[in-house]
Amino acid sequence: MTESSTMQVTVQNITTSLKDKPGALLPILHAIQDTLGFVPDESIPTIAKALNLSRAEVHGVISFYHYFRNTKPGKNTIHLCRAESCQAMGGKHLENHVKSRLGIDFHETTADGQFSLEPVYCLGNCACSPAMQIGTEIYGRVSTESFDTTINEIEASA
Amino acid sequence: MSFTIYVPCDSSAISLGADRIASAIIEEAKKRSISIQLIRNGSRGLFWLEPLVEIDTPSGRIAYGPVKRSDITSLFDANFLEGGAHDLFLGLTEELSYLKKQQRLTFARIGKTDPISLEDYIKNDGYKGLSNALNQTQADIVKAVTDSGLRGRGGAAFPTGIKWNTVLNTPSEQKYIICNADEGDSGTFSDRMVMEGDPFVLIEGMTIAGLAVGANQGYIYLRVEYPHAHKALATAIEKAYAAGYLGDDIKASGKAFHLEVRLGAGAYICGEETSLMESLEGKRGLVRFKPPLPAISGLFGKPTVVNNVISLASVPIILDKGGDYYRDFGMGRSRGTLPLQLAGNIKHAGLVELAFGMTLRELLYDFGGGSATGKPIKAVQVGGPLGAYLPESQFDTPLDYEAFAANWTVLGHGGVVAFDETANMAELARYNMEFCAIESCGKCTPCRIGSTRGYEVIDSIIAGQNIGKNIPLLRDLCNTLLNGSLCALGGMTPYPVLSALNHFPKDFGIDNEANVA
Repeated sequence: MTESSTMQVTVQNITTSLKDKPGALLPILHAIQDTLGFVPDESIPTIAKALNLSRAEVHGVISFYHYFRNTKPGKNTIHLCRAESCQAMGGKHLENHVKSRLGIDFHETTADGQFSLEPVYCLGNCACSPAMQIGTEIYGRVSTESFDTTINEIEASA
Repeated sequence: MSFTIYVPCDSSAISLGADRIASAIIEEAKKRSISIQLIRNGSRGLFWLEPLVEIDTPSGRIAYGPVKRSDITSLFDANFLEGGAHDLFLGLTEELSYLKKQQRLTFARIGKTDPISLEDYIKNDGYKGLSNALNQTQADIVKAVTDSGLRGRGGAAFPTGIKWNTVLNTPSEQKYIICNADEGDSGTFSDRMVMEGDPFVLIEGMTIAGLAVGANQGYIYLRVEYPHAHKALATAIEKAYAAGYLGDDIKASGKAFHLEVRLGAGAYICGEETSLMESLEGKRGLVRFKPPLPAISGLFGKPTVVNNVISLASVPIILDKGGDYYRDFGMGRSRGTLPLQLAGNIKHAGLVELAFGMTLRELLYDFGGGSATGKPIKAVQVGGPLGAYLPESQFDTPLDYEAFAANWTVLGHGGVVAFDETANMAELARYNMEFCAIESCGKCTPCRIGSTRGYEVIDSIIAGQNIGKNIPLLRDLCNTLLNGSLCALGGMTPYPVLSALNHFPKDFGIDNEANVA
C-alpha cells in the first residue's frame, strides 16, 4: 500500500471506532495526531462524513486549537514556555538562545527534520521556571547550557 | 530488613530528574544487596528541594534534598536509609517549617501517599466523604457544601453550593458533572498536583457531586499539556471502577456515576466554562452567551455542574468532617483554605495551602524567602495572565477575595508570580495583550481586534512615539475591552495592562505622574 492509502486506512479505523462517543470530534483528532503525528488535510472528508458535519466545520475545529497541526512534525517537538513565570526567570533569553541554536522560529522544523519548535503558554511547572517539554518529557530550570546538553544528547542518540 | 524510600512522581520533580534518581537508587541498593521498597509519592510542594527523597524511619519520614544523580553513592555511604548525616539532610519532613506552617485540608494526603494506590487512599481517610454522602439525601449533601462556604477555586469564586442547588432543582433525565482541569494560568499548578498526587480525591469529589445533583456522567476536561496527570487519572479511574467506586452501582447503593477524561488541545479559552462545553461537544471553543446558565442548560443542553479541580477535591473533606469544620478556616466571605502557588522569581517556590487571611507579604517573604535572584521584588502578578500586577505598596493586602477585589486586583486560582527589579512592566503589558490576541476565541470584536491594536500601541509607547496621545488611546482601548467582552479573557486583560501602567509609569516612558491619571 502507498503511504497515503495506509494513512487513509488509519484515519478510517480511528474514526469508526470513536464516532459514536458524545462529542467525538476532539477524541478522533487526538487519536489521529497521536498515531500519525499530525492531522492530514486528507483526513477531513472521512471525519466529516462519519460525524455528519461539513468539511468546513471539521477544518474549523482543527484550526481553532493550537495543539492540532496539519503538517508532519519533526522527530522531536519542543514546546517552550513563553508565559509570565518563565519570563520572570529569564525565559526570553532562553527563547532567543533556543531559536538561534536550532536555527528556526516558532512553528518551524529544522531542515534535518529532527526538531519542531512550538510555543506553549504554561506547562504547570512554574515553580521550576523556565520550563519546556520535548515529546512528553518535561524539563525544569532550563538554562542555555542545560538546553544544549539535552539537544546534544538527542542528536547523538539519533 | 527492608527500607521504604519515597521519590516523587510529580512532573515538576520529574522535570528535575526524579525518574533518574529513582532508578539510580534502585540500582545502587541492588549493588549493595540492600532490600528496599521504592514508592513514587506525590510532591510535598517544596520545589526548591526537589527531587526530595524521603526515608521511613521509626521516628517519622526523613527528607534529603535536592538530590542529584551524583549524590546517590554518597547518600548510601552516609547510611541515609537510617537517617545518616549528609549535606542534603533536612530532618523530619513534617517538621520542615514551610510545611508545618501550612493548613493542608485539600492537600492533606499529597506527598504522603502513593497517588495511584486505592488502598493507601482508603487507609488515609479516603472515601469517608462518599460513604457519608451515600447515607444522606441530595439536599443534605448540597447543604453541607453550601454551609462550608466553599467558593469556586477556578478563579471566579462563585459559591459552589448555590451552583449545585440550581442543578439539583432543574428537572432533567440527564445531568452532567464537569471538572474544569484546563489549568492554563501561568503560575498555577495546584490542579496538576492534585491530579498527579491524589487523583482519587478528585474522583471522590466528582462522585459526590453526581450523587448530590442527580448526574450519572462526569467528564474531566484536562489540558493536553499535562500528560502525567492524564496517566495518573486514567489509572485511578480504572481502579475505582474495578473496586465499585464508579459504575452503575456505586458500593451497592443502586446509584450510578461514570467518569471519563477528555483532553483539550492547547486553547487557553477552553478554561472558560461555556467554551469548555463547546469543546467537549466537539466544536470550536467559542464562548456562549449567559444566560442560560450552564446549571440550567449546559453540556448538550442539559443541566451541568462545572467546577474546578480544587473545588471538587475539597468536597470529600467537607462531607467527611462537615461544612462547619471547613467554614471555620478563613476570613470574611472567603471560607476554608486556598492552595496558593508561589512561582516565578522566588527563592522558595512551591505549594502553600493556607486559610484565607494571610497577607501577600507574609506569603512572599515568610514562605517564599524573597526573590530567587536576591534582588528586590518589583511586582507580583496574582491570579494568572488576567490578574493585576501588585506593586510593593499593595503587598499588605490580605489573601481574601473581597480584599483583593477592593484593590482592583484578583486572587483568581491562587497563582502568585514574582518579578524582580529587572522586569520591564511595559514589556509584560505588551505580552498580556499579545497573549489575549493569540488566545481570543474571536467572538467579541474588542477582544479579537482590540488585543492586536493593544500590543501595537504598546509597541509605539515602548518606542517612545507620541506618548501623550498613545497612553490615553491605550486606556480607551482597555475600557472597550473591559466593557465589551463576554468573558474574562477580553474583560480582564486590562487588569494586568492597566495595573502595569498605573503602578510603573516610568517603564512606559512617563516621567510626569500627572500624565498617568
